[in-house]
Amino acid sequence: MILDSIALSRQQVDGDTMIVNLGPSHPTTHGTLRIIMELSGETIIKSTPEMGYLHRGVEKLGESLSYQQFIPLTDRLNYCSSIMNNVGYTHAVEKLLGIEVPKRAQQLRVLMSELARLGDHIVCVGVNAVDIGAFTAFLYIWKQRETIYDLFEMATGQRLHTSFTRIGGLFRDVPEGFVPATERFLPECEAAIDELEKLLTHNPIWHDRTKGIGVISAEDAVNWGYTGPCLRAAGVPQDLRKAQPYLGYETYDFDVPVGTTGDVFDRYLVRVEEMRQSIRIIRQVLARLEPGPVNVDDPKITLPTKDKVYTRMESLIHHFKLIMHGMEMPVGEVYSATEAANGELGFYIISDGGKNPYRIRVRPPCLPIFSSFHEQVKGFLIADAVAVLGAMNVIAGELDR
Amino acid sequence: MIIEHIDAELPGTVTDRHAFRGDQTIVVAKASFLALVDFLYREGFQLLVDITAVDWPEREPRFDVVYHWLNLASQERLRVKVAVADGEAMPSLTSRFKTADWFEREVFDMFGIPFEGHPNLTRLLTWQDFPGHALRKDFPLDGGDAFCMEGCTAPYNNGERG
Repeated sequence: MILDSIALSRQQVDGDTMIVNLGPSHPTTHGTLRIIMELSGETIIKSTPEMGYLHRGVEKLGESLSYQQFIPLTDRLNYCSSIMNNVGYTHAVEKLLGIEVPKRAQQLRVLMSELARLGDHIVCVGVNAVDIGAFTAFLYIWKQRETIYDLFEMATGQRLHTSFTRIGGLFRDVPEGFVPATERFLPECEAAIDELEKLLTHNPIWHDRTKGIGVISAEDAVNWGYTGPCLRAAGVPQDLRKAQPYLGYETYDFDVPVGTTGDVFDRYLVRVEEMRQSIRIIRQVLARLEPGPVNVDDPKITLPTKDKVYTRMESLIHHFKLIMHGMEMPVGEVYSATEAANGELGFYIISDGGKNPYRIRVRPPCLPIFSSFHEQVKGFLIADAVAVLGAMNVIAGELDR
Repeated sequence: MIIEHIDAELPGTVTDRHAFRGDQTIVVAKASFLALVDFLYREGFQLLVDITAVDWPEREPRFDVVYHWLNLASQERLRVKVAVADGEAMPSLTSRFKTADWFEREVFDMFGIPFEGHPNLTRLLTWQDFPGHALRKDFPLDGGDAFCMEGCTAPYNNGERG
């Protein structure tokens, strides 16, 4: 955006204010986005967010890829918790197909989603702290994130771009040793969250920097289209895992933390409590995880295993048909939403019966949240803008798609 | 169910409807859209989840603008579709839903559908002089002229750089 196109306020014409350019490449933007701020001293008079630096045209690409081929692209939406995007997308396609995945696949999806939520909240809280200056808390909690990525690597072969789900199930079952490793990780992570809370929750500097910053009422938050932790921090107990359960979330026992003011401190508290609740859910999954298939038993959806492709005529035909012609999709449109770390991640898919989706729309949770940024920081200091940006957890890959 | 309410309160508004896999969809005419939005808002559909559009190049009118609403109290979802022709403006919802601001800008950017009454209808994801609208079906997948420095000839750009 050229500077002329920003409608400047009167002060700028008088020469009293200063334009500060935050980004596109700036350590606190966590990705490439740009905010042009008009300052009077240290106070923000106007801010103009500009995005699109990470726009890769995911929706356009999806129209020329088969349903299975789109899964790796979902990794690159919210790259801090890619498994949750994989789950959200395949869940939408399964809704279109009208199938349900086997029990073990559901449990593993819940397990992986909650690990990813834990990792995502660690990134958000840790990085928010480091932006404000609390470097120690960041390092303490960051170690746990590495362990989560080790677990992902163990299960999927990849740390970040997991592509773990397939339509009708999972890429594979978790390997031996994954469950004990997760069990070992949980108490360590709980201890680290306790440490994080000791460092931040009652820290007067942290209070000064986060309380009363980014306050939003419940009504405004709904009007801005907030979902996820930011909406819950404003006092609306909306969590799709409770409100519209999927993958058997209704059978798990967990609480939905809710804030009151919606400020950065409340968002921090909500996220920390959600981390504890995620650990609770993971424990329940591990307790009830039962052996079984992880893919639906339907050769028109699931690829046959390699040994069968090489030895059986039927399987070879199914393999060929699935790869060359894709799945038989019903004609219709579905919108499927899952509770991702940032809020409601929606996939709106229109099928014309062909191999590729006719239209695929990704509803990113952080786009509506970030669109309120200019109102949230107006009249605050430039250092507060950094705190608000961190607490919104804007992930550019998801924002720009 | 909200659709029965709409039929009772605003008869004749819904021109077409279908339900598929539990999703309720209604199609309404552009003229009755704002009245319907007012009614939905009063009925509790206050979270505007998403605005997007779909291009049907062979159909007349060409585009569907698709709205998704969520009622936080009853957790009911509703999809509303409005058909518009190429170049025809949709009424903007920015005065009622602040979240419509960026969603409408994105639809304008990607499909070229203008929104009447929008305070700042500029492109959101692509740059301001980007040629064409990327999610239209006739826009080439490789990006075409937008990424070609010189000597471009493509129908949507009249051979000129934007």
